[in-house]
Amino acid sequence: MNNLFVYLEIEEGVVADVSLELLTKGRSLASQLDCKLEVIAAGSAADLEKIGEQVFPYGVDLLHLFKDDRLSPYTTLPHTSILAELFQKEQPQICLMGATIIGRDLGPRVSSLLGSGLTADCTSLEIGDHEDKKAGKIYKNLLYQIRPAFGGNIVAWIINPDCRPQMATVREGVMKKEIFDPYYKGETIEHDVADFVKEEDFVVNIIDRHIEKSKVNIKNSPIIVSGGYGVGSKENFQLLYQLANVLGAEVGASRAAVDAGFVEHERQVGQTGITVRPKLYIACGIS
Amino acid sequence: MTFNIIVLAKQVPDTRNVGKDAMKADGTVNRAALPAIFNPEDLNAMEQALDIKDRFPGSKITVLTMGPGRAAEILREGLFRGADDGILLTDRAFAGADTLATSYALSMAIRKIGKFDIIISGRQAIDGDTAQVGPQVAEKLGIPQITYAENIEKIKGRKITVKRRLENGVEVVECPLPVVITVNGTARACRPRNAKLLLKYKHAKTVTERQTENIDYIDIYNSRPYLNLTEWSVEDVEADKVQCGLSGSPTKVKKIENVVFQAKESRQLTDDDVDIEELMKELIDSHTIG
Ligand SMILES: Cc1cc2nc3c(=O)[nH]c(=O)nc-3n(C[C@H](O)[C@H](O)[C@H](O)COP(=O)(O)OP(=O)(O)OC[C@H]3O[C@@H](n4cnc5c(N)ncnc54)[C@H](O)[C@@H]3O)c2cc1C
Ligand SMILES: Cc1cc2nc3c(=O)[nH]c(=O)nc-3n(C[C@H](O)[C@H](O)[C@H](O)COP(=O)(O)OP(=O)(O)OC[C@H]3O[C@@H](n4cnc5c(N)ncnc54)[C@H](O)[C@@H]3O)c2cc1C
Repeated sequence: MNNLFVYLEIEEGVVADVSLELLTKGRSLASQLDCKLEVIAAGSAADLEKIGEQVFPYGVDLLHLFKDDRLSPYTTLPHTSILAELFQKEQPQICLMGATIIGRDLGPRVSSLLGSGLTADCTSLEIGDHEDKKAGKIYKNLLYQIRPAFGGNIVAWIINPDCRPQMATVREGVMKKEIFDPYYKGETIEHDVADFVKEEDFVVNIIDRHIEKSKVNIKNSPIIVSGGYGVGSKENFQLLYQLANVLGAEVGASRAAVDAGFVEHERQVGQTGITVRPKLYIACGIS
Repeated sequence: MTFNIIVLAKQVPDTRNVGKDAMKADGTVNRAALPAIFNPEDLNAMEQALDIKDRFPGSKITVLTMGPGRAAEILREGLFRGADDGILLTDRAFAGADTLATSYALSMAIRKIGKFDIIISGRQAIDGDTAQVGPQVAEKLGIPQITYAENIEKIKGRKITVKRRLENGVEVVECPLPVVITVNGTARACRPRNAKLLLKYKHAKTVTERQTENIDYIDIYNSRPYLNLTEWSVEDVEADKVQCGLSGSPTKVKKIENVVFQAKESRQLTDDDVDIEELMKELIDSHTIG
């Protein structure tokens, strides 16, 4: 009871990086809170075949499996029902998910159903106390959910004193993923999906879906040559590609350069792009 | 076939053009220094609604916004572009709402409107930046949601087909009505104001606006009912006060800090060859390059 849960995003049997990053963060928070780290995997039998071996090394204590071929690819309602039902039983204190298209579709729906607060796009998560002077109450071990807002001009520290779970989403690349213990052994429970999901949850049909594997890997690149609006044109960006080639780097861009059509969105660095942690970042024409 | 469409639109400070005076010395946002605008993605939402009205003449678009009195500007902006009606949800009790309390209030107003087939919102507002209100409104109403929509492809009978823009691709989904759709900035831009509508609705006002601006012309407002913008309070939509505003918000802001961008380790170099060579040597020595 009152453990820390992470929702796993799975595409073709592979757990998304953003989920693994959250496991690393979740593991350290769970240890600090002296609670267990539990994860939820919902999808087709084929997709769920190798989840345990992917996540246990990150220090997962309990893996909840929900196998049903109708659960892949993701649609909102059945995944919402699974989380809401499970959380009503398990009463987690914290739930983390990726601030991805899936997490930002699922998180708010679940939070509304449970009446618990959700903080979007956190850049940092910490444990701390809070004193409500008016009510004369001290809250121990709350999750401080730290996030930018107002177009990145301010950072807000948000807490969720009374409702559980404390829910937060985090963008890919913000937390660092690190194996906790390659031999870590967690348990697995397979649930009966019919106990969680209703027939009516399948009213939305995916009739077409094209997903392309991203060719650009600026997230993990140790050197990035980034260009901004000042680069001036798509043609001028070739100079950056040439430099990147020589250095073994990837080309990044500011939002202004992307909006101007100089480069594709996949290369955008920043709050609405990709969070990067290179050793060397060369900025050209960026203010 | 005609549809009742509700567009959710928020008035936001223009955080994209933040000047020096946008932040106060204590680190809080100086809203007065930022122009208040129609949330950009809500304009994309508006265009999707107008497009449905083009395809199914006789469909009705109602713009719904929650905010202080001045948010009525958003309603007029919607009317200038082709909406049929505007409702301002305003009450001190709504103040300080997080996304959950916001969506509760909006859903109560939508219930009060009563007839709706398609609710269209923007994906995300540029001040709170959460993208949570659309899905939460859908949950409160107990209807499905389609987020990150780029285009409403077709509506046939009671089924709607929508193209979604995902991180690395697209997805086309089909869903029964009623539904909440949140529209992405990658969707078509909104058509401009229409000159005729601008003339028609220039003086459309809420009761409060008429009172504070001392507008008399009672006759005109009586003879042209479309100039009366609806204004609803907590009581009007039969909302539970405890679930509204600050008291209805599970999330609390503990503190806010101004962001000061600062390079922790920075060094100035000249464009002299010697300087550049030194740097290259250093980067190679530290195995950053090579
Ligand atoms: C909600 C929100 C989210 C955002 N998210 C992101 C994000 O994820 N990523 C992002 O990058 N931005 C983001 N932005 C935008 C960000 O605030 C800036 O507006 C943007 O990054 C500016 O890009 P820039 O520096 O390329 O352009 P500019 O500010 O126009 O700067 C261009 C620079 O190039 C210089 N220059 C011009 N010509 C030359 C020349 N010939 N040689 C050398 N230098 C030259 C100019 O002097 C100037 O310094 C976001 C904004 C908002 C509101
Ligand atoms: C610094 C800061 C951080 C915040 N962080 C959080 C947080 O993490 N979690 C949280 O729950 N709340 C948060 N809030 C509160 C949140 O900004 C407000 O609840 C706000 O009313 C709605 O959220 P949003 O601006 O993020 O809208 P979004 O959810 O991004 O808006 C999506 C769409 O919903 C519609 N919509 C939103 N608001 C209205 C409205 N008032 N009237 C009509 N339509 C509307 C619009 O179509 C809009 O495009 C924060 C506020 C601040 C100032």
